[in-house]
Amino acid sequence: MNRWVQGLRELRGYPSAVGGLAIILFLVALSLYTVITIPYSEALDRWRGGDHWQMNPVNAGPVWADRLLGGNLPQTRVVESDNADVREAPFEGGKQVRIPLTFEYDNEGFPSELNLFLNQKGTQQEAFVRLTWHTPSGETIPLGGQRVSEEDRISISQNRALEGRLGMVPHVGLFAGGSDPADPRAERGDYRLTVDAMLFDPGAELEADLAVYGRVHGLAGTDYQRRNLMLALMWGTPVALAFGLLAAVGTTITTLVIAATGVWYRGWVDALIQRLTEVNMILPMLPILVMVGTLYSTSIWLMLGVVIALGIFSAGIKTYRAMLLPIREAPYIEAARAYGAGNARIILRYMIPRILPVLIPTFVTLIPTFVFLEASLAVLGLGDPELPTWGKVLNDAQEQSALYNGFYYWVVAPAVLLMLTGLGFAMFGFALDRVFNPRLRTQ
Amino acid sequence: MNSRLRDFRRLGWFTLRRVLALFVTVLIGVYLTIVIANMGGKVDELRKLQIRSTVSESVRADPSFSEMDSEKRNELIKEQVQLQIEQRNLDEPFIWRSFDYLAQAIQLDLGRAEEMHSDTGSRAVYDIIVERLPATLLLFGTANLLVFFVSVYAALYLSRRYGSRLDRAVIGLAPSSAAPAWFYGIFLILLFAFVVPVLPAGGMVAIPPPEDPWVYAGSVLEHLVLPVIAMFLSSIFISIYSWRTFFLIHSSEDYVEMARAKGLPSNLIQSRYILRPTLAPIITNFLLMLIGLWSGAIILEQVFNWPGLGTLLFQAIGHRDTPVIIGGVVIFAYLLAVTVFMLDFLYAILDPRVRIEGGEQ
Repeated sequence: MNRWVQGLRELRGYPSAVGGLAIILFLVALSLYTVITIPYSEALDRWRGGDHWQMNPVNAGPVWADRLLGGNLPQTRVVESDNADVREAPFEGGKQVRIPLTFEYDNEGFPSELNLFLNQKGTQQEAFVRLTWHTPSGETIPLGGQRVSEEDRISISQNRALEGRLGMVPHVGLFAGGSDPADPRAERGDYRLTVDAMLFDPGAELEADLAVYGRVHGLAGTDYQRRNLMLALMWGTPVALAFGLLAAVGTTITTLVIAATGVWYRGWVDALIQRLTEVNMILPMLPILVMVGTLYSTSIWLMLGVVIALGIFSAGIKTYRAMLLPIREAPYIEAARAYGAGNARIILRYMIPRILPVLIPTFVTLIPTFVFLEASLAVLGLGDPELPTWGKVLNDAQEQSALYNGFYYWVVAPAVLLMLTGLGFAMFGFALDRVFNPRLRTQ
Repeated sequence: MNSRLRDFRRLGWFTLRRVLALFVTVLIGVYLTIVIANMGGKVDELRKLQIRSTVSESVRADPSFSEMDSEKRNELIKEQVQLQIEQRNLDEPFIWRSFDYLAQAIQLDLGRAEEMHSDTGSRAVYDIIVERLPATLLLFGTANLLVFFVSVYAALYLSRRYGSRLDRAVIGLAPSSAAPAWFYGIFLILLFAFVVPVLPAGGMVAIPPPEDPWVYAGSVLEHLVLPVIAMFLSSIFISIYSWRTFFLIHSSEDYVEMARAKGLPSNLIQSRYILRPTLAPIITNFLLMLIGLWSGAIILEQVFNWPGLGTLLFQAIGHRDTPVIIGGVVIFAYLLAVTVFMLDFLYAILDPRVRIEGGEQ
């Protein structure tokens, strides 16, 4: 025990160990926080996409990146009718409602989209809605009218007729003021969208929410399905750590036990293990994983199982065998046999603990390998179909040509997290190696 | 004379046993791949379904059969399906066929692809693989040779300046190799193809390929830069680190100290006292690296859109084109076995212990 404490104390002298450990602790804390605040089922449900995200912009970058570069791009804002000064005028068999949705626009650039969400309560009847747009300079632009059912969405951005009239896409044209259509600039000030509705039921109520989608969103931005990337970045952490740790533990321990068994029993057991290791060397790991992924299922747990199964007879057996061979002949093993220790006891309690300190650095440096393996599979499109992981974010980005379209944040954020994980474990592992395997320090 | 004869006999005996062991190894490895690539026979079911749908489609589309009544037509479809299934031996149980496949694969009779074909239109697996080989060899050969020689020389240099600032800097950078090459590739593409567009983002030559051979070579070279840098970055520091450790251990041997004490020049010490005894592991490493070239790298090739073997294998898996998958694995297995055997043989000649004890340990 003393040796461990001493080793740990010594680690404090290595800045890379402290740095690596700090990164690992940060990642562990982040995963704990994520798992506690966003339960597993909720994360899966949200990542599937859909209505959760309808108030998010498409492909918006992170806010901080824009502000850091001195930009002032708009964030999404929702103007709700609950806060508006609604006027009602009843008529026979229904009522007329006027909802003014007012907001102040004080950003550079234009919104990325305009949507109006309508929700009619207390009736089955379709209502008729007419929209009018008022700019700060006093201009009034009619946006046309249409019938709406109980719950409806009017995509102002996709109003082709309006686009033709403005000569620009509506979410630009409506904000451009009188500026040159070739180089439009957003006009700042108070805008108003007036919703005039005819409800054909005296008891009906109408709610209207105007979503002015921004160009930047939150800490991590959003993807092409409006999903907040923060969810995937956060949930990717526990998934990556769990996958890396389980795969590393699974392969190292099984390999070690098998190597020790072979060394202890010698003879045909050893020979069989050696031959199996050689067979395994021929099997190409990644193509087999890809085959399993395409032919069977891409579940992350199946992949984990295959990785461990292929790792059992890995080339590491040869190294461990070389380390264990001299230990087999050590006097303390003979002593253990003399007082009647069984085979399993000698292997598990006498031989393996002896080489554990040498193995721990290897083990720590092995973790990022598997983290990256998971990401690699995801980048090939063989990521888990449900779980949000860093690799899947990268894969989505690749498929949507994020780099080509200039959505750098989409690639950079997961890549930085992957790099951080890799660096953290590698730095810590290398420092451990120097502390626990001091063959070079005497130089 | 007598002892030399005994040596030869031992060596021959050792060689025979190694060849046998390696052959069995290749046999089992290839067989496992065949079973996995066929999903334990499930791919056959898919193939039968496919035959059935294509045959019925073609019969229905053929105007000369349109007059036939439906029962007769169904009969005809059934017959043709049966014919095709028999043609491909799909009516035999998978277990037997798997051994057939194994025998063919071991004889390097790679057969014909199910779906894929080479750019020249050939369906022979051999042609398909050979077509992709130069691209992979070019990329991975350049990168790996670069990494190998740079790291060995740098390691020799650093091991003589153990503890210097440069040495510590390189050790400090070693953890950067935790990330694979494709990962650096993404960053390089981002930086040099999009932020500062100076190099192409992917592919092997410009589209359309230039006519002039010099321009063609230049274009290939241009496309080669980013993937080579990515591979170089991802493995150079860890490679230098491990070689340096290796040389340090060997340069602290007593006979090296002795040579130093004798006052021999450091170049002589390096070439005769450090490099020569460590030549065997260096050669091993070099040969294993050369075989490693063969398998390519699926993801790096995908990221850079490089038309090599990795991409081929990935496409083959996507098409469930088992002959191509198995062909790739078989060749890899043979190359690995041959290399391992050559190394064993080399060691047996170089290392007297092997001769005396007959090869065990």
